[in-house]
Amino acid sequence: MIQATINGIPLEVAEGTTILDAARQVQVKIPTLCHHPDLPPTAACGICIVKVAGSNKMLRACCTPIEQGMKILTHDPEIVEVRRTVLELILSNHPNDCLKCGRNQSCELQNLTAAFGIREELFPKFISGIPKDDSTNAFVIEPDKCIHCGRCIEICQELQQVWALSFLGRGFASRFAPAAGMKLVESPCVECGQCSSHCPTGAIFELDETVKVWQKLQDPENYCVVQIAPSVRVAIGEAFGLPPGTNMTGKLYTVLRRLGFKAVFDTTFAADVTIMEEASEFVERFVHKKGALPLITTCCPSWVIYLEKQAPDMIEHFSSCKSPQQIMGLLAKTYYARAMQIDPSKIIMVSVMPCTSKKCELTRTEEMFASGYQDVDYALTTRELARMIKQTGKDFVNLPESEPDHILGDYTGAGVIFGSTGGVMEAALRTAHYFITGKNPETLEFEAIRGLPGVKELTLSLAGSTVRVAVAHGLGNVTSVLDRVREAKANGNPAPYDFIEVMACPGGCVGGGGQPYGVTNEIRTLRARGLYQDDRSRSIRFSHENPYVKKLYQEFLQKPLSSLAHELLHTHYVRRGQE
Amino acid sequence: MNEKTVLIKDTTPGSTTGTKDFFDLFTSALRESRLSDEVRVVRAADIGVYNHGIVLKILPENITYARVQPHDIKRIIGVTLKHGNPIRDLEYRPSSRQLRLVLRNCGRIDPENIDDYISRNGYQALYKALQAGPEAVISELKTSGLRGRGGGGFPTGLKWSMTGKSPGDEKYMICNADEGDPGAYMDRSVLEGDPHAVIEGMLIAGFAIGASQGFFYIRAEYPLAIERIQKAIDDARAYGLVGERIFNSSFSMDLEIRLGAGAFVCGEETALLASIEGKRGTPSPRPPYPSVKGLWGKPTCINNVETLANVPPIILNGGAWFSRIGTESSKGTKVFALTGKIKNSGLIEVPMGTTLRDIVFEIGGGPASGKKFKAVQTGGPSGGVIPEHLLDTGVDYDNLQRLGSIMGSGGMIVMDEDDCMVDIAKFYLKFCVDESCGKCAPCRIGGYQMLHLLEGIAQGKGTLEDLNRLRMIAKAMQKASLCGLGQTAANPVLSTLRYFEDEYREHIVNRRCPSKKCTALLRFVIDRMRCKKCGLCARTCPEKAISGDKDRGYVIDATKCISCGMCFEACKFGAVERN
Repeated sequence: MIQATINGIPLEVAEGTTILDAARQVQVKIPTLCHHPDLPPTAACGICIVKVAGSNKMLRACCTPIEQGMKILTHDPEIVEVRRTVLELILSNHPNDCLKCGRNQSCELQNLTAAFGIREELFPKFISGIPKDDSTNAFVIEPDKCIHCGRCIEICQELQQVWALSFLGRGFASRFAPAAGMKLVESPCVECGQCSSHCPTGAIFELDETVKVWQKLQDPENYCVVQIAPSVRVAIGEAFGLPPGTNMTGKLYTVLRRLGFKAVFDTTFAADVTIMEEASEFVERFVHKKGALPLITTCCPSWVIYLEKQAPDMIEHFSSCKSPQQIMGLLAKTYYARAMQIDPSKIIMVSVMPCTSKKCELTRTEEMFASGYQDVDYALTTRELARMIKQTGKDFVNLPESEPDHILGDYTGAGVIFGSTGGVMEAALRTAHYFITGKNPETLEFEAIRGLPGVKELTLSLAGSTVRVAVAHGLGNVTSVLDRVREAKANGNPAPYDFIEVMACPGGCVGGGGQPYGVTNEIRTLRARGLYQDDRSRSIRFSHENPYVKKLYQEFLQKPLSSLAHELLHTHYVRRGQE
Repeated sequence: MNEKTVLIKDTTPGSTTGTKDFFDLFTSALRESRLSDEVRVVRAADIGVYNHGIVLKILPENITYARVQPHDIKRIIGVTLKHGNPIRDLEYRPSSRQLRLVLRNCGRIDPENIDDYISRNGYQALYKALQAGPEAVISELKTSGLRGRGGGGFPTGLKWSMTGKSPGDEKYMICNADEGDPGAYMDRSVLEGDPHAVIEGMLIAGFAIGASQGFFYIRAEYPLAIERIQKAIDDARAYGLVGERIFNSSFSMDLEIRLGAGAFVCGEETALLASIEGKRGTPSPRPPYPSVKGLWGKPTCINNVETLANVPPIILNGGAWFSRIGTESSKGTKVFALTGKIKNSGLIEVPMGTTLRDIVFEIGGGPASGKKFKAVQTGGPSGGVIPEHLLDTGVDYDNLQRLGSIMGSGGMIVMDEDDCMVDIAKFYLKFCVDESCGKCAPCRIGGYQMLHLLEGIAQGKGTLEDLNRLRMIAKAMQKASLCGLGQTAANPVLSTLRYFEDEYREHIVNRRCPSKKCTALLRFVIDRMRCKKCGLCARTCPEKAISGDKDRGYVIDATKCISCGMCFEACKFGAVERN
């Protein structure tokens, strides 16, 4: 332990604790701007400077570890003046677009400006006027709003190892952009949106489709239906001041109806269907040796893009099953429309997702139109739905709870854990066990593949054979897993795994790029805990036991992997871009 | 076997009076005198004598002739080469105030001949160091009091011992040869003139810290330095001085060259490391210091060229010997590139503590063309100006800092009454603004805003409030910038404001540039008495602001004039007046 003082208050901290973290122990909040608790410090902004006795420099609190005997001063007129000047300089390079910016009232620069009580502009404005990049359907880049905090680049290069974004140019002309100044859509970007959920300003903002959805809702000709993804229910409460992990399922159903949706479905139901197909696929490959092993999950559209762009040699391992979002869209415009005798052309299917990439998935291949229409019309992020709720003044927190609409709404515990890393695998193993042995597993919670370690492994015996699974989340963790598979292949050895789950975002969908701002590992854990609690509280915890799933197969799809199921619920993958 | 060697300084090859012809003339004269076999002629890059025309050095007598003309060749051959007698009127006598430690071999040896270096005690220090052991070497360095010559002035012995003590089985030694200050060429001269001295310094340092690999980080704009260091490494390797088991000891170290791509900021240690690793060359927060976590995460020691060139004599003669040279806090000598408005410009090397007055007036001969001395600028773009009344200050790290400048790497530029201090500040600040990496807000935006303010003042658009703004931004840059570049970029502005605020006020209040440098503040009129009515001014004017003809003479239309000064430059009769 290390002893030091902050503003004269003695304190004791573990070695390596930064001044910023230590200050919180003595109830001092040092202002920051570029710092994000989820990321290593980039040390770019210079707002968090403090004085340390014996040094005539001011040191950055975010990245300076406390040393024995340090005497730290966090606030005095000189420090505040320097911080203020730095902030005014940043403002001189930032447009005054607050009123019409998507981040209005959730902008960290705006908050800091308010906290410093800045009322006038001291320096002339210099805005570079770099055009925005709206080449993808996931999010829009407005370089002029960038304050060069470097968070997006840290995430894109280090955490995700996608290397779509980088700093280009020097000095005042430096800017963040896809490498070599190409358009985002041409870059290695996988649309995961982690950059957008960590951006302190409106420089990277999800493609806002709330206006379009409002228009559809207001047109009486339309039959608007909605689906919510598993992870949305445990995160959206944060946008309304509730603790992370608060389960908002029942209130979400109510609020969506009150927003004007005629039917409210739960993507979790489609997750159960996905498990039926994917677990069957696994049985085909593992037991009947039809197809390559390991089988790799494909619920995550960013992971699909990553694979198609950067690891196309793995395509044969990919599950052909569509994601729950797409399955739900398809079923709504076929099975549900037929059952309810609604003209599918009138149905507008909106999904609420934790993810920016889901917006791109809507038109990924021609198979996303398998119903004869666009299966899902709009994908909103959790953040967009939160804004829509606020726009209508709904007291979301105090709404009564309600039930989803049947035949596409009822879900099992297996489906809801899809929202956390390891969840898809856990759900698939529960059902695969049943498919192979004819009975449910005794232990159905696989602790080894829960939690936040980047790569998790599990070996279990199933009817006399051993199943080896791996779970990776955060694209930066994928390469080591894929390389093990590649190495075995190259040496003619048996594959090291039989089944692999990958989620692009750290923590899986609970940490998705479309989730409420401010995510940290602590928050990811709490959100995941909310999902696991939901699982435990369900009377049915196996996808294959979902009565409405059984009904779906009986009345419509016949059986998993039937030719109709193949036609409607499966897709294919292609190599994209240059190797 | 050659009995004598003649070094001829390579100044302007190809020009009619240049060395190339002189070199040919000299060699053919030798042939005529049948001395070709006895006398070796070498074209040298740097003999340490500048602005003295063609310079010859004759070895082993070590006679230097300056301002040699082709008609002197016969005399030199007859008197000196045949009989060993000096020619008094051609002899060059360096100022006795200089002391050449770093430049000890420059101009005295053939830099491409390792035997020349060895014959002057070369690699003996390395041998001695290997016998003495790393601790003894570090202790000798600590005794010497040598401080880093790259600008920071960090004690070299301490740096070595910190890197040596850092745990790690692999360590790196780096020679920082990314010299980038405008007008500075100290390191280049050493690399080109005495490459083995730097290599020997590297090997001793590597031995002391426990490194087995060293890198020369040389800017790509120094092709001859790169070529000579490479040849020197190859030659040393052939002699067993670089590579495995040096001097048959257990110490092995290899050396490689890495090229800098021309970014000034890459001279900053952490940016340099990023550049060698192939990343974008931007600084990172410290700690961790390179001595703990440097190149590829391994403990790394980075020393400047001049620092390393000091090492062999320290080891050979002892740290105590070195510490007797210089001042209390700054030991040894310093090489300066003395340039600007000075009679004898060139590289000089003086003991620390030599007064600026001695350097400027004794060694440099005072301002050229008899103009009045105004200030001397030290420390390159991060330094400051020192006015006449402070010239009796002895140069060392601490004195210069007290005066608001820095030692820097050794640029020294003399200014006379024609130099405008606003213009000077603008010039240096522009350099730093152009070279800022753009990572941290204070440097990226602060520098740009300051430059804008200075441009306004130079154009007569400034206000007295601007002086406060300049000081305010300067303080924010000093205190809150991440790296040395940003922390010192405002120094030229602050030091000119400190000593020449009157000049700023003259620009702002009276809209006048006393040095007649800021053209926007000048008014141009044609003196009818002196005008010869040639019309050259009218033809030169880019704005067609000058009208008239050969009969009536010419007048400048002040409403069209943009004060570019081209007519003033063009007029051969001094008829254009500027006020």
